[in-house]
Amino acid sequence: MTTTNSSMAAAPVASRWSRFRGSYLLYSFKRDPVAQLSLLVFIVLVGVAVLAPWLAPMDPYDLAQIDILASELPPFWIDGSDPAYVMGTDAQGRDLLSTILYGARVSLIIGFGAVALQALLGVSFGLLAGYLGGRVDAFLMRLADIQLSFSTLMVAIVVGALVKAAFGGATYSDYAVPLLVLIIGLAEWPQYARTVRASVLAERSKEYVDAARVMGFSSRRIMFRHILPNTLSPIFVISTVQVANAIISEAALSFLGLGMPETHPSLGSLIKSGFDYIQSGSWWITLIPGAMLVILVLVINLLGDWLRDVLNPRLYKG
Amino acid sequence: MALLDVTNLDVRFALRRGDVQALRDVCFSLERGERLGIVGESGAGKSVAAFSLLNLIAKPGYIAGGSIHFDGQELTAMSDRGLRHVRGHRMSMIFQDPMMTLNPVLTIGEQMVECLKAHRRISTKEARAISLRKLEQVQIPSPSARLDQYPHELSGGMRQRVIIAIALLLDPDIIIADEPTTALDVTIQAEIMALLLELCEKHNVGLILITHDLGVVSQVTQRMLVMYAGRVIEQGPTREIINDPQHPYTQGLINALPQMATPGARLNQIPGSMPSLDNLPSGCAFHPRCGFVARADGSTRHACTDEVPDFVTSGNCRVACHMVAEMLDRERIPAEEIR
Amino acid sequence: MSSTAHATAAEPASPLLEIRGVEKRFSLSGDFLEQLKFKGGKLVREQKHVHAINGVDLDIQRGEALCVVGESGCGKSTVARTVMGLLHPSAGEIRYDGERIDDLSHKALMPYRRRMQMIFQNPYASLNPRMTIQQTLEEPIRLHHPDWSTQRVRDQVAEVMASVGIAADWGARYGHEFSGGQRQRIAIARALAVDPEFIVADEPISALDVSIQAQVLNLLMEAQQQRNLTYLFITHDLAVVEHFGTRVAVMYLGRVCEVAPTATLFARPRHPYTQALMSAIPRLEDDRPQHIRLQGEVPTPVNLPSGCVFHGRCPHANARCRSEIPQLIAADDGSQVACHAVEEGRID
Repeated sequence: MTTTNSSMAAAPVASRWSRFRGSYLLYSFKRDPVAQLSLLVFIVLVGVAVLAPWLAPMDPYDLAQIDILASELPPFWIDGSDPAYVMGTDAQGRDLLSTILYGARVSLIIGFGAVALQALLGVSFGLLAGYLGGRVDAFLMRLADIQLSFSTLMVAIVVGALVKAAFGGATYSDYAVPLLVLIIGLAEWPQYARTVRASVLAERSKEYVDAARVMGFSSRRIMFRHILPNTLSPIFVISTVQVANAIISEAALSFLGLGMPETHPSLGSLIKSGFDYIQSGSWWITLIPGAMLVILVLVINLLGDWLRDVLNPRLYKG
Repeated sequence: MALLDVTNLDVRFALRRGDVQALRDVCFSLERGERLGIVGESGAGKSVAAFSLLNLIAKPGYIAGGSIHFDGQELTAMSDRGLRHVRGHRMSMIFQDPMMTLNPVLTIGEQMVECLKAHRRISTKEARAISLRKLEQVQIPSPSARLDQYPHELSGGMRQRVIIAIALLLDPDIIIADEPTTALDVTIQAEIMALLLELCEKHNVGLILITHDLGVVSQVTQRMLVMYAGRVIEQGPTREIINDPQHPYTQGLINALPQMATPGARLNQIPGSMPSLDNLPSGCAFHPRCGFVARADGSTRHACTDEVPDFVTSGNCRVACHMVAEMLDRERIPAEEIR
Repeated sequence: MSSTAHATAAEPASPLLEIRGVEKRFSLSGDFLEQLKFKGGKLVREQKHVHAINGVDLDIQRGEALCVVGESGCGKSTVARTVMGLLHPSAGEIRYDGERIDDLSHKALMPYRRRMQMIFQNPYASLNPRMTIQQTLEEPIRLHHPDWSTQRVRDQVAEVMASVGIAADWGARYGHEFSGGQRQRIAIARALAVDPEFIVADEPISALDVSIQAQVLNLLMEAQQQRNLTYLFITHDLAVVEHFGTRVAVMYLGRVCEVAPTATLFARPRHPYTQALMSAIPRLEDDRPQHIRLQGEVPTPVNLPSGCVFHGRCPHANARCRSEIPQLIAADDGSQVACHAVEEGRID
């Protein structure tokens, strides 16, 4: 076993790299084919989404490239397909492959953006609530309860409707991405806050925090320098689940017509746009982006499961 | 033939680094009604030794070799069913934390009755009567009321009494107690130990007491084993080992106690710390910390650093140490010359 | 007040630390809404408290090691944490070097933070798992000496590491790479890094193995001699007290029942609880006297017994013990005992 001794041999001063090489994280990753496959698929999906402008055969946002006569063409393995459009075309004549790549990009941007916002809010509030306790804790956690009692959809419907009514549909389309990030981010921060608060409570009772207080460090420094780094594991785990959730939320909102406009479709709005044509036999406009969405969310969740198992100290046996 | 005979017990843990040997060549025996102490620091393997007796080692641990002979039966070769019978009827265990053993959602009575009915064909009424009698034996105040109480309603000392009552429930031949009083306060600890001692003597029950506390061992047991890094390094009558330890580690352990030094003076410390089992020193596992090795001459020092010491008999004790072996040899030569 | 320069060992002028009538209660009742209860058809506000310590008076002289012993729940750790400002006393005051420190702001307390340090019980929890040893040791020095150069901070770390027997190359490693005894050395180094004069040690060796306990006790005694430290040493282990302590305070259920010079206490324990506690230590000798059996168990600190807190378990209790709280009364041999029976001469 080559990895076995590296942690022992490199013990005196281990570099970050050798630390990683000897780590349990890498070891369990090497032994988990599901995690390996999931990571591979995830990297490929993120890669093609990020590189969409260079990889996609055409630009679905460019009206000049769209040929309305080539609408509803089936994918290549079905009779009547056009070799120029591998995955066929949608009702507006856009190349489905290109649209999916661009759509995955939008979905991922919203997913990660929303999670970043959730994490920012949730981690700060969770830290404050857990460390300061007392009234701050009671106030922030009641706030979280209230927030959780509104579903994401409800918040999105109200905010979306208000913005559309106030600024008109065109402005809404322009700011749809930041707006969705804001809505999903605001709706789900309590998940982070609760997780972080729970682990802050656990860490706060440990003696290294008392030691820091006895030294005379300020609360802020203790919170961010001492406690926060030790709550990162659960934050990582919950982040994977939350990214998947945010992508689903966005898809659901778009499917309901409250998300991305069809001119800048996300995976969700693509599914919706194809839904009307399913009856007329053009199933691929809905099912291919749908499959993409399922695969994307599935691999993120599988990675999250694996990460949770690895980072769970109760399961950890070195 | 002793009631319990353990020979060359070898327990390993299959870890990702490969197998780690938690116990090597552990041999000891226990007569009926005898009280044996297993002493060692954390990582010495004393709990593993106790758990392996009942084949209770959690995965990835497994018994890799040796034999455990109990009252004519070989436990290492026994089926799970047979082992369960032995566990309940013949040997029982007392753990350090009573809350680990007691189910928090069942009353004391329910747990005792359940345990009895699992092993004997008796009615609930009879089982309750037996349970009550056992609670009386452990001198719990108002025992009949305790039967209907939940574990959390009892204090720590009381819970440990209940645990002892449960351990005695099926009239076992041997009780294995793993640090039974470590979680308790000194005054309670003294009472629990006195109770355990009294009950074992009265019912002629053997006791295997696992502890790090030399004081407790010297008060309660007749014979003791000292373990270090997965091996037994010294065994013999408790009093003899406490009064005249042979192995340098046992000597160090006893001399390190604050009561062995004059108040305010430096304590006799053993340098270093117990090696981890996956990275044992060559030869005698204690040699890097042993004060004698540094002072030893060439051949003995080589023996300490290169060869695993065998047991030698010194008086009533058996010691695994090259130094002791050499000293015994030296004493023997003049004896022959005189003749 | 005479200055410390004139103080002699026998009659110290002013104690380094004075604990005066300190009480600490913890509420069990939660917030205001949870305290409301229906009683006899009326809505009343009811609060339950754990009385962790009730009126503790202790003086700690310069250069001594005062050991506080007692069983779990007697409030000895609460005393330590209150002295260090980790808890605020519910009543009473704490003076350090003549100045009251229990009501100071975070900022005003800073100079005392440097002079007073603490060592904790659990070496596995007292080091931040995400910081290297070097970072752990540098951090407090930088906080208290912001004007020091990087080199000077490093020199100080190197000096303190050497003094507790830590190899210099440990600095780049993390706490979890070390054994319990090694971690406790690091924790001691952290406390010594800011050159304190007073150290509170809360059960610093009880989580360690026997052979390691001796190493750490030796280290603490060396540090005391070299740096002229004063200790408040919390422990449940009387054998350690006998070896380590200059004076001993025995606590029971939040009160001090006996304070005496170590040799005096061990030669002649006077309080019935101290006697029971000492008889319960498992000794190596064969021929020890039978231990004194106490009736019952320690009552909960929620509803304190009236009078002497020990009366329910004391073989010498009478009507006065059940009603009147005994105060610490000084005897000729330097000991103080809070017991009516001792005061009245009913017991020796």
